[in-house]
Amino acid sequence: MRLFYLLLILEKEIEIMTLAETKPQALDFECETGNYHTFCPISCVAWLYQKIEDSFFLVIGTKTCGYFLQNAMGVMIFAEPRYAMAELEEGDISAKLNDYEELKRLCVQIKRDRNPSVIVWIGTCTTEIIKMDLEGLAPRLEAEIDIPIVVARANGLDYAFTQGEDTVLAAMAHRCPKAETATEPEEKKERNAISSLLNFGKQKEEVTAEESTYHDHEPLVLFGSLPDPVVTQLTLELKKQGVKVSGWLPAKRFTELPVISEGYYVNGINPFLSRTATTLMRRKKCKLIGSPFPIGPDGTRAWVEKICSVLGVEPQGLEEREAKIWANMEDYLEIIRGKSVFFMGDNLLEVSLARFLIRCGMTCPEIGIPYMDKRYQGAELKLLEQTCHEMGVPLPRIVEKPDNYNQVQRIYKENVDLVITGMAHANPLEARGINTKWSVEFTFAQMHGFANARDILELVTRPMRRNNSLKDLGWDKLVKEEAKV
Amino acid sequence: MKLAYWMYAGPAHIGTLRVASSFKNVHGIMHAPLGDDYFNVMRSMLERERDFTPVTASVVDRHVLARGSQEKVVDNITRKDAEENPDLIVLTPTCTSSILQEDLENFVERASLSTEGDVLLADVNHYRVNELQAADRTLDQIVQFYIEKARKQGDLLEAKTEQPSVNIIGMSTLGFHNQHDCTELKRLMTDLGIQVNEVIPEGASVHNLKRLPQAWFNLVPYRELGHMAAKYLEQEFGTPFVDITPMGVVETARCIRRIQQVLNEQGADVNYEAFIEEQTLHVSQAAWFSRSIDCQNLTGKKAVVYGDNTHAAAMTKILSREMGIHVVWAGTYCKYDQDWFRQEVSEYCDEVIINEDHGAIGDAIARVEPSAIFGTQMERHVGKRLNIPCGVIAAPIHIQDFPIGYKPFLGYEGTNQLADLVYNSFTLGMEDHLLEIFGGHDTKEVITKGISADSDLAWANDGLSELNKIPGFVRGKVKRNTEKFARERGFVEITAEILYAAKESVGA
Repeated sequence: MRLFYLLLILEKEIEIMTLAETKPQALDFECETGNYHTFCPISCVAWLYQKIEDSFFLVIGTKTCGYFLQNAMGVMIFAEPRYAMAELEEGDISAKLNDYEELKRLCVQIKRDRNPSVIVWIGTCTTEIIKMDLEGLAPRLEAEIDIPIVVARANGLDYAFTQGEDTVLAAMAHRCPKAETATEPEEKKERNAISSLLNFGKQKEEVTAEESTYHDHEPLVLFGSLPDPVVTQLTLELKKQGVKVSGWLPAKRFTELPVISEGYYVNGINPFLSRTATTLMRRKKCKLIGSPFPIGPDGTRAWVEKICSVLGVEPQGLEEREAKIWANMEDYLEIIRGKSVFFMGDNLLEVSLARFLIRCGMTCPEIGIPYMDKRYQGAELKLLEQTCHEMGVPLPRIVEKPDNYNQVQRIYKENVDLVITGMAHANPLEARGINTKWSVEFTFAQMHGFANARDILELVTRPMRRNNSLKDLGWDKLVKEEAKV
Repeated sequence: MKLAYWMYAGPAHIGTLRVASSFKNVHGIMHAPLGDDYFNVMRSMLERERDFTPVTASVVDRHVLARGSQEKVVDNITRKDAEENPDLIVLTPTCTSSILQEDLENFVERASLSTEGDVLLADVNHYRVNELQAADRTLDQIVQFYIEKARKQGDLLEAKTEQPSVNIIGMSTLGFHNQHDCTELKRLMTDLGIQVNEVIPEGASVHNLKRLPQAWFNLVPYRELGHMAAKYLEQEFGTPFVDITPMGVVETARCIRRIQQVLNEQGADVNYEAFIEEQTLHVSQAAWFSRSIDCQNLTGKKAVVYGDNTHAAAMTKILSREMGIHVVWAGTYCKYDQDWFRQEVSEYCDEVIINEDHGAIGDAIARVEPSAIFGTQMERHVGKRLNIPCGVIAAPIHIQDFPIGYKPFLGYEGTNQLADLVYNSFTLGMEDHLLEIFGGHDTKEVITKGISADSDLAWANDGLSELNKIPGFVRGKVKRNTEKFARERGFVEITAEILYAAKESVGA
């Protein structure tokens, strides 16, 4: 109830804004519950172990999980690996072995060999099915071997691809210290990971500035894992408005998790973090700022404005800033204006990207998405509707859990100019003369904020620019016969 | 539980799907949770496949778990049957869904009542066998199924072909250089006047499996895939099989001589000696390379070999017998078939290592400090760290194992490719060494040198740390652009903010 109430308050303003202007036809949501392909949520390990430098990720699963990480994600563990598989064998599955003893043996070894500040257990489909009580085992083991153990259930039964990060951040949110513990003396700068846990609050500031440049507002913590340069950029963006970001979840090190106390404002910078948002609201009693996501200059501006409005800050110079970014992208906009883009659905960034691309002048018949949290993405969906209306283009249909086979038929029928798709479908579509871009590139690209908007278009326009340079060669259809339908 | 960082062989369902999707017009249905269907990604990306991978995941999620999978699996089988009219649908679970212990056999029976095509459940234990064993088993299962079916329908073709003929067994998608090996073997058979009856599973139609007994013999070039099917065919129809891998000049000759023997035993009168001599001495460049002055310098150099049974064994023999290179140890990750490996290589190396732990293999390499490694992608990376060149000779597959150009490992063209590989592995090591001496590769230091030497601008700490986060290959460009930007606007100190302002204005 509380969650619902908070969200209602936060969304109200935007609602008023959009309702006043138009009464457009509502977005069409459909759940196809089809057979679709995305990556397994354990793939979050690939970027989280790099982001959290003192962590160790232990994926508790089968050979199938391990081979995925190694092969499809191309996560190689050549140098000093900070993730591993706890490979479940027949004895584990048939419960002949004691889970606690087995995990203890592995974690003791990890602690001895790698000495991380935290071990993150990644539960998988298999641990779900055999009902391994990871949450029950972790506190006991943590106490016994004296190292924090965070449990995240990034399984494919409940989640898709990027939502894996959501499960990890939601679990880590519990470990964020409250403001009281932050008053520990700063001098004790011990290298020991365990004792530095006490110094949670003494996070080294990425962006140094005199306090006077900031407005006086309630603390704001942003959540979502972004590459460090983007973290700095977004932090600076808010600093320009006098808004101070007290911390990021996750921080660069587990020992530097941000202080999160009751009443703090929190804001998620990615559309797939609904569980983390809920956890921060329910467990940490934070207030969620439900904003569009800072993707594209339009989204970034709306994001800054929303945060400013909630914190009671009057934003300055955003309109000019947005206009300048748009002007800077004109060469790319020329290429895509009037073209159509189809999202098969993969990483949950689809709505934000579609909204940005529609603002760029594209049309979008379909947004496939593995999972749609209409509440957490509420502000983004509103902005999408508003954008479609302002650009005078039809609203896309939003298809949750799409059926890839049916989608391919729709792609043929609708003759789309660009398909954003997972890796399994890209080459076959290209061979049939359909432009594609891998969705996974957007997952890993640095694309948040004003400055990076151009990088999104660099990706989006690349297939068109490439094919433009090949267009006179007549190499459009590179398959002999179409698949029988 | 086992702490694992790296796997040399994949899980069982990968093997099953490699075989299923190698056949023409066969569809794989995976009974699996979301994300377990990355086989499609591997095939589409690594093989650069133009067609949609004929594998569909029947997604197991919470709802399916609660209600049972039967309806969904049966629906998906019948749906795929209607959509694409495959000749055969192969159903496979993954490690995960096999624990659910659902009666998939029953689903298959139910589905096949309403499908045009055949439906099979891959008969594989997902916790006991790996990718290679499962592939071998699935191929055997499909072959048996269609032989039995033909026998029942009375259209089995058992009479031998008039001319000597062969089935090539074991070519599959996502196999190490399989496509090129397959072309090379077909050429070799043509040169020998042997008609290729069937190649399975790659590109084969299941309807043609009833023609398998027509062949005079079966050629099984890879130890890992095809043996079970070949043994079955021998037992059912007395078809002999030749399982000498034609890799390297000596082994290729041995393989051809064995083929000659098999054919002559069945009443043919062939003599391939002249062909072997011509190929060895004048066509293939490998024997000449062995005798050349270049190769002389490789004499007695130390090498280690590691890979699957087929390639590690063959490579050990080539290095030791054909190039005079000292193989300090030879190893395999095919633990399940280690006796064969020992028997094949023990006389050509000092030590045999059977181990699937990449760490132990890395240590074994470091311990002997060889001049070159012949191994998998993993050993290539170990080699990078130890500064030892490595030629990749075996799976786990990598995009580099699917070159656009023609690079077989088998047959006489294969011998040329291998000679190149050996030569380049050793000499590239030398080049690396020279680069080192003359101070080549330098990425980290450049940035500070540039700053302290000739710049009128100061980089603030935060600016510098942001700059350092930018990937090395564009860092120089970003630095130049930022300094230009700062100069134009009269900044003397470059902070992170200025760095990003510059990025925005330049758009780079």
